[in-house]
Amino acid sequence: MAESTAHAHDEHAHGHHEEGWFQKYFWSTDHKMIGKQYLFTGLFLGVVGAYFAYVFRMQQAFPGKPVPGYGLVTGADYNALITSHGSIMIFWLAMPVLIAAFGNFLIPLMIGCDDMVFPRLNRLSYQIFLLSAIVLAASFFVQGGAFGGAWTSYPPLSAKEEYNLTPLGSSLWLLAVALEFVAFLLGGINFVTTVMNSRAPGMKAFDIPIVIWMIVIASILFMASVGPLIAGAVMLLFDQTIGTGFFDPARGGDPVLWQHLFWFFGHPEVYVVLLPALGIVAEIITTFSRKKLFAYRTVLYTSIATGVLSFFVWAHHQFVAGIDPRMANVFTVTTVLISVPIAEMCFVYIATLYGGQIRFTVPMLWALAFIGEFLIGGVTGIYLGASGTDIYFHDTYFVLAHFHYTFFPIAIIGTFAGLTYWYPKMFGTYMNEGWGKVHFWVTILSFNAVFLPLFVLGAAGDHRRIFDYTNFPELASPEMQAVRVFATLALVVMILVQPIFAVNFFYNMFRGKKAPANPWNANTLEWQAPSPPGHGNFHPLPEVYRGPYEYSVPGRDEDYWPQNSPK
Amino acid sequence: MPEHFIKQASSYAADIDGVAMLITVLVGFWFILAQGVFFWLLFRFRARGDGKAMYITGEKDEEMRWISIPHGLILVCDVFIIVAAIRVWTDVKLQIPEVDETVRITVQQWAWTFHHAGPDGQLDTADDIRLVDELHVQVGKTYKYELSSRDVLHNFSVPVFRLKQDAIPGRIIDGWFKPTLAGTFDIQCAEICGIGHGIMPAKIYVETPEQHAAWLANPVPTLATRP
Repeated sequence: MAESTAHAHDEHAHGHHEEGWFQKYFWSTDHKMIGKQYLFTGLFLGVVGAYFAYVFRMQQAFPGKPVPGYGLVTGADYNALITSHGSIMIFWLAMPVLIAAFGNFLIPLMIGCDDMVFPRLNRLSYQIFLLSAIVLAASFFVQGGAFGGAWTSYPPLSAKEEYNLTPLGSSLWLLAVALEFVAFLLGGINFVTTVMNSRAPGMKAFDIPIVIWMIVIASILFMASVGPLIAGAVMLLFDQTIGTGFFDPARGGDPVLWQHLFWFFGHPEVYVVLLPALGIVAEIITTFSRKKLFAYRTVLYTSIATGVLSFFVWAHHQFVAGIDPRMANVFTVTTVLISVPIAEMCFVYIATLYGGQIRFTVPMLWALAFIGEFLIGGVTGIYLGASGTDIYFHDTYFVLAHFHYTFFPIAIIGTFAGLTYWYPKMFGTYMNEGWGKVHFWVTILSFNAVFLPLFVLGAAGDHRRIFDYTNFPELASPEMQAVRVFATLALVVMILVQPIFAVNFFYNMFRGKKAPANPWNANTLEWQAPSPPGHGNFHPLPEVYRGPYEYSVPGRDEDYWPQNSPK
Repeated sequence: MPEHFIKQASSYAADIDGVAMLITVLVGFWFILAQGVFFWLLFRFRARGDGKAMYITGEKDEEMRWISIPHGLILVCDVFIIVAAIRVWTDVKLQIPEVDETVRITVQQWAWTFHHAGPDGQLDTADDIRLVDELHVQVGKTYKYELSSRDVLHNFSVPVFRLKQDAIPGRIIDGWFKPTLAGTFDIQCAEICGIGHGIMPAKIYVETPEQHAAWLANPVPTLATRP
């Protein structure tokens, strides 16, 4: 361990003194800079994804009317927008921000080393990721426009241009996703290797902060699940471009095969982004309740169990897809059982609050909102995991509302929680608390106002991905249309308050009040480095004497006890 | 639970809604309990003055009980849900009861063709009735459907029946339904199938025996004339 860190340190000490602007911001091998590259790219694409959501929600609320800032939405536009919204929010927002940005920024700082073990691989990972985003963006400007076959890209629709009418868009989409996977494979290798080899002396397995464990487990889940999908993506690309028939029933192929390959990856992927968000929440609730994490080992074992179980639930996306219906019984059992570790995790977090001194700072509000909102996402999943009820709820807005109650807490609430918590460390200044709270409350209330009504629409029979309900008399009732308008207006409110965060974020980066190294009196190692940390992070590198959550230990004057403090 | 928002028009609609209700009760209990405890803790243990937080590892048995007992109870609830779900699933999807008639459903980008058996009740005879975007059935009869697709994936969904099934090119998928409520209802496609996915509505006309007999006698497309 010590050897490899010393070596990496040497590399940094030389040759980085006179770096130019390009070197510093675009060619850096520093984990913090790469983390920020991922962060800003991811957030920018998140804004694009939100804009798409605005456009198609407006079409839902006011069908056939030109959308301000876009224009008339055709069926082809609508499909391309929903496809890109889903793909971007998962692959180009949740993944880069939660795994890559926080992983890159936090791992070396929280395990007490100076950089990733493969810094150049790390740089390459971001560059491939950027390329994947450019390829995706390019798909909007080619003949036929962007792919519109949903983020799941089921063949035969995705396989043949005479069906999807996007000859180039569908291949570019697939290529973008495949490149994105390559980027995260490289990143994942780096994360796991770094945490295995570069921990500060004294940091044993159970002294690693939960968020780092979660990112490592998520990286392993990703690496273990993505292989079949990459194989599938190559097969689908061949079907599209050189006319093979892997998924073409007329030539002995099977379209359902793709669904298996996709969801074998797709369901673990949910946990790939969930776990880092849960980790971020664990760091924040312990810090701001001044409590030790309740049952650290249980959290760890539970997340591993969830990860393993997540490999055996994929076909719950396919209950009515034409798979052997007996299979549904098996997958109902595994799917409903996954509620046990997830519920346990929620209980552990709630139990952590018991006996605390809870401070409602902005990051804490986000972390608590994560728990409250994710519970809604969790319980509504049972209706869909149970095969009997999924027959009805499958592919309705109930599903959509359900997974937004999981993905919004993960990708948006988790991101805001992490950003507001580590902001002083990333940029060395404070964000404004008052504006942070305004932004928090309006965002959370409007989020619920968007998606709670969608549960009702789904239960009433609204199917997904239909760009104009006026063709369906049962669904075009004025009451249901009023609900759609309400949800859309709530979304507009939610989008309108986001500039508050953006201004708070960027203004204070340059003009904010200077933050000390450890503004929250937290225990983990990143807070023992200067804010913001310079090259090499720690001088000297820290040693670790205890676990990360020794808050309010009896007999000590201070209510925190940094991991590297000898006494 | 869905019955509060949409009619039940098939023999198994109430069963599916019943499982939804069971889930609502069991899961709702845990949800309210968890949120209740959560908000109570937030209120009870809000920081006040210079108080110090408790030091609880959560690793001792008497502490773990707070997690492991609910955990065990949730497992019990899960078993109930699983059993109920699988029973309904078996009924709807795993077996086809004695049927009165068969209807062949062919779907393509972006239309439905319904191949009715006609007056003799037999498919592939001279009196078969093929209609686009409208399906006529008689209330109380049990129908088997043979579902296939000409091009991409589609999904035959009749929300009032609580029925949904993907159509796959190259395959014929069998299933069944028994309408119990007369009326005209929406058929939707529930699998994205291209740019016309949102504009391929079809109608199912669930008719009383008299209406159905009248229609069989004069099976002209009614889509344009009926509401």
